Amino acid sequence: MTTYIVRRLIQGVFILMIITTVSFGLTRLSSDPMAQYTLGRISAEDRARIRKNLGLDQPLPVQYFKWLNLAARGDFGYSITNRQPVSELIMQRLPQTLVLMVTAEVVIIALSALLGIYSAIKQYSLFDNVLTGLSFVGFSLPIFFIALTLMFIFAVQFKVWGLPYLPTGADVWDFKEPYELIRHLVLPVASLAIIQVAGYTRYLRSSMLEVLSQDYIRTARAKGLVEQAVVVRHALRNAALPLVTLIGLDAPTLLAGAIVTETVYSWPGMGRLFWQQAGRGDYPTVMAILLIVATAVVVFQIITDVAYTLIDPRIRLS
Amino acid sequence: MSQASDTIKLPLTFDTAAAESLAAPLSPGQLAWRRFKRHRMALLGGVGLIALVAFILIGSVLYTEKYANRNDVVHRLEAPSSGHYFGTDSIGRDLFARVIYGGQISLIIGLLSVALALLLGTTIGGLAGYYGGGLDSILMRFTEAALSIPSLFLLIILGKLFGSEIPTLRLMGRTFSGSVIVVILVIGLTSWMYLARIVRANILSLREMDYIAASRALGVSNFRILTRHLIPNTIAPIIVAATLGLANAIISEAYVSFLGLGVQPPTASWGNLMDQSISLIQRGVWWMWLFPSMFIVITILFTNFVGDGLRDALDPRRKV
Repeated sequence: MTTYIVRRLIQGVFILMIITTVSFGLTRLSSDPMAQYTLGRISAEDRARIRKNLGLDQPLPVQYFKWLNLAARGDFGYSITNRQPVSELIMQRLPQTLVLMVTAEVVIIALSALLGIYSAIKQYSLFDNVLTGLSFVGFSLPIFFIALTLMFIFAVQFKVWGLPYLPTGADVWDFKEPYELIRHLVLPVASLAIIQVAGYTRYLRSSMLEVLSQDYIRTARAKGLVEQAVVVRHALRNAALPLVTLIGLDAPTLLAGAIVTETVYSWPGMGRLFWQQAGRGDYPTVMAILLIVATAVVVFQIITDVAYTLIDPRIRLS
Repeated sequence: MSQASDTIKLPLTFDTAAAESLAAPLSPGQLAWRRFKRHRMALLGGVGLIALVAFILIGSVLYTEKYANRNDVVHRLEAPSSGHYFGTDSIGRDLFARVIYGGQISLIIGLLSVALALLLGTTIGGLAGYYGGGLDSILMRFTEAALSIPSLFLLIILGKLFGSEIPTLRLMGRTFSGSVIVVILVIGLTSWMYLARIVRANILSLREMDYIAASRALGVSNFRILTRHLIPNTIAPIIVAATLGLANAIISEAYVSFLGLGVQPPTASWGNLMDQSISLIQRGVWWMWLFPSMFIVITILFTNFVGDGLRDALDPRRKV
């Protein structure tokens, strides 16, 4: 197991190298960080001097290795646009993104587990049929559609109708105020949850059905176990395996899936920061966020593999 | 193979249809069509997609593109009425006509970017699977790396990379924003990874088959083995992945255009019709995002239905 994890980590570093090389090239080529200096009247000599100070006059590979050398030690440099350290900029946004992500993930897992199990137990009931249909539709919905619809109904129209309404996110609010935080969290979390729950419920339902038809479930029932124990301890533990894979692969991408949600609800998170800074050619910030997300993806994959062995002792990693 | 097992089963039933099909064995294509027809949702999806394309084509005849791009600031942000079925946008353009022309662009982007992804995915997957060894590890690490960046991040960076200076295109007497090509490239370049993996996995098992060994013994070139034997034999999963990829491509177009990095106005796309909806929603404007996104949702649903049906239909192990 240790050798396995070490090998995966080495592979992961290799993958991160590819990612950083390619994305550094793409980001640097995509927009000139100097473009922002055209607004003020700056002489050609000054431009050249700024370019030199920022290290932008060196060949791209040199710039890349300089960046990599510092990034490997956790130094992401300074944002090109507002001269703030990138790490500071990200630390301002990361908590907000994590709050949104973790809350959404908890809601998603809890809801999909409940709905998936219930619909598998009551197979072909009205509830199951409605849920299966809804999940197919929900699975096909783009997130902006859900986010805009929820916002229009619960934030805009509820206010018009004089009902207690939820904020659109465009207002000024204090992130440290728990009541405000919850009020602002409801709609983005709901938007993120609807799509994922639709997908996960489908998977969990079908794998629960498969497990519930196994002989050992009949044995468990025959020996007089309460239904709840059969379903939770025997069936769910085995059926959860495909779901663990999915969650492990999807959880880090919530960082990104949140770009649209964060934009719609003006959520001050990392996804929105990425979108804003990518538009301004701020490559230090863009690269730092990419590196964080890609690292999260790689690490979550390893964690997922290890989690397998905990859920299913038959699986050995080699 | 599948054909044989299907026709052998048939004599057990004694209706005339079975006897006829025994007389003339069905081709794999006909069998697949039979299975597809059984799939009601898939049929519905297929009919729905045809209706959608017909709607866009007829609409394009009824409304000129000039009309779709015409500003009319006096009638800006009007709610749907008999004059403007879907209302008007922030500079008074008729949304019904724009949804029609946006549909053309969104569907074209979907189809062409899937074609690009198919080309990339089958080439990379095919080479990795057939040659194996060092080439395989390099290509697969590259694929994994591409998969480790959530595609929206890549879409944003690439959209920015290609989107900085966009000339306009003239094609068949119409002018398009060059960003259409950019979006096709960007989506194609970010969606080949799953296909590459599917193709590679299939070819890995196929290349050990006897008929491949026979081809090699006959001196058939590697290129010919790949293009004539291996890839055609993985066509079923490729078709399914392409269908589902079409749905994803249309969503991706909507995402980047919604974020303002996709198709640039005045050329309409379902995505960029909505790009101002976040600020306008506060003022109670619902028609600007509801109609385009309804069309996106319908297209994706129908495409997914068809994809599901094709998955079942193209699996020769399934009996009719």
